[in-house]
Amino acid sequence: MKTERKPWKEVLYHILVAAGALIMVYPLLWMVFSSFKPVDTILPTAKQLIPTEWTLRNYIQGWKGFMGYTFGTFFLNSFFISLTSTFGTLLSSSLVAYALQRLQFKGKKILFGLVLSTMMLPAQILMIPQFMWYRHLNWVGTYFPMILPYFFAIQGFFVYLIMNFIDGIPKDLDEAAKIDGCSYYVTFFRIILPLIVPALVTSAIFSFIWRWDDYLSALLYVNRASMRPISLALQLFNDPSSGSDIGSTLAMSTLSIVPATVLFLIFQKSLVEGIASTGIKG
Amino acid sequence: MSNRSLERRESGFTRWFHKESTAGLIFSLPFIIGFLMFLLIPMALSLYYSFCKYDIQSPPTWIGLDNYIKIFTKDKTFSKALGVTVYFALIGTPLKVIFALIVALILNHETRAVGFYRATYYLPSIIGGSVAVAILWRRMFESNGTINAILSTIFPGMTGFNWFGEGPAIWVLIILTVWQFGSSMLIFLSSLKQIPMELYEAASIDGANGIKRFFHVTLPLLTPTIFFNLVQQTINSFLAFTQSKLITNGGPRDSTLFYTVYQYNKAFPALGKSQMGYASALAWIMLVIVSLVTFLLFKSRSKWVYDA
Repeated sequence: MKTERKPWKEVLYHILVAAGALIMVYPLLWMVFSSFKPVDTILPTAKQLIPTEWTLRNYIQGWKGFMGYTFGTFFLNSFFISLTSTFGTLLSSSLVAYALQRLQFKGKKILFGLVLSTMMLPAQILMIPQFMWYRHLNWVGTYFPMILPYFFAIQGFFVYLIMNFIDGIPKDLDEAAKIDGCSYYVTFFRIILPLIVPALVTSAIFSFIWRWDDYLSALLYVNRASMRPISLALQLFNDPSSGSDIGSTLAMSTLSIVPATVLFLIFQKSLVEGIASTGIKG
Repeated sequence: MSNRSLERRESGFTRWFHKESTAGLIFSLPFIIGFLMFLLIPMALSLYYSFCKYDIQSPPTWIGLDNYIKIFTKDKTFSKALGVTVYFALIGTPLKVIFALIVALILNHETRAVGFYRATYYLPSIIGGSVAVAILWRRMFESNGTINAILSTIFPGMTGFNWFGEGPAIWVLIILTVWQFGSSMLIFLSSLKQIPMELYEAASIDGANGIKRFFHVTLPLLTPTIFFNLVQQTINSFLAFTQSKLITNGGPRDSTLFYTVYQYNKAFPALGKSQMGYASALAWIMLVIVSLVTFLLFKSRSKWVYDA
């Protein structure tokens, strides 16, 4: 709302909003700055944000990991799982979104209802049912449960997000392609896919961050130390019996949120628009 | 078979393949397979197991309604866990939505810095689900942690408060969920932008001041968004898992034992045998409860949501 404000009111506004912002990110700042403090000063100087003495020791110590695996292994595992499942999500969700938004066929309404219903069926409800089923399939102890389902558009949220985006593309383009003799398959890959890139970028970031943070699946399905993704490794590392200390734990925690934070900072605008247009959990 | 009939068959297939109705089904195939393989079959399987005694090691044995009867009549931990979860949802969700609304109203302001503020307030929502934040939260609220250090500076007498005692522990988790109001805030901001200026101008001409304009123009027009956020966040808080599992693991004395954590502990106990059948029954009860709550929220919609 555009209203005329007195300059002192404007200044007061910025002071208050900036103070609120500082409180919001304070916990994260505390984690980042503490990770650069000498380990024995972290708790005694807990209320002091900026370190008096800076050190990289926590990072060097923490990176060594535990049980013979460095954090390099855990990061690679997380990247592998998050990237492959995100690729599957994008591919399958955009195919299904195209069908539900643009094509007429029998059963379409039911399918759309089912897609929406998957948004109400979160992983926490499915954890026991899926675990038993994957156990039947002999998938426990492999990455299959954490990757394969995502190639089958099981997250209604992404289908819905891409459908909304396709809805904004003029139908004339499809019609023109049809007149030129393009099949629906060609139309999808040549016309639709290039045009929905912005929706794919938004989806990719959310998918990547959710898969990266996914602790529950790792807890259920990963048995071998060499296969641990960062979420599970961090939780185990936090246990003092792994030989970690508060310094190295905070250092590795800080590193683990770097990918999500960087993605967020780069794509801030499209993320904000993605949420505003579909409305999702967070 | 002659060449001609082969040709005709191929063209028949091609024609079928390129029909709109076929293409629609082929494009939908990933979801159809995924829905069957990863949702329907597991759900059906767990429904069957919920009527069985099943410890994973030995084959399941059919016991009828026994799991359900035991849950509702004998299981004190079940009612405790349900109580904790409802308490968390009932307090955490409204607080989160109110916070989101207030901050959205404050940030709905024409200034160049607003993008920066919006991003900063939203950042906790983006990384709040991570294990790193769970670890951080635990450390911050420890008796010698940051929170107590800061509190003792403001209130000199206050030192070593035990945040993980039976009373306050749930509040550590409530504060964590309220902290992540960012995505609801963004949804509010985008609906605030859609309220036509003319409405405010008309209200001003009628002599409405700022507070009146808020209660008679802004708030009614925001009710659909409030409803949407309320439904979404209620479902989320009913199903919180990672943070409670990692920060308090249900303790002390089950005072933060979320339903999902209880269910996990039954299926994968630290000691003793797994009770998969029992856990399946718990999962189905939760599904019914969540659907019921959602249904009730939708039923209440016409009472207070203003649809233009």
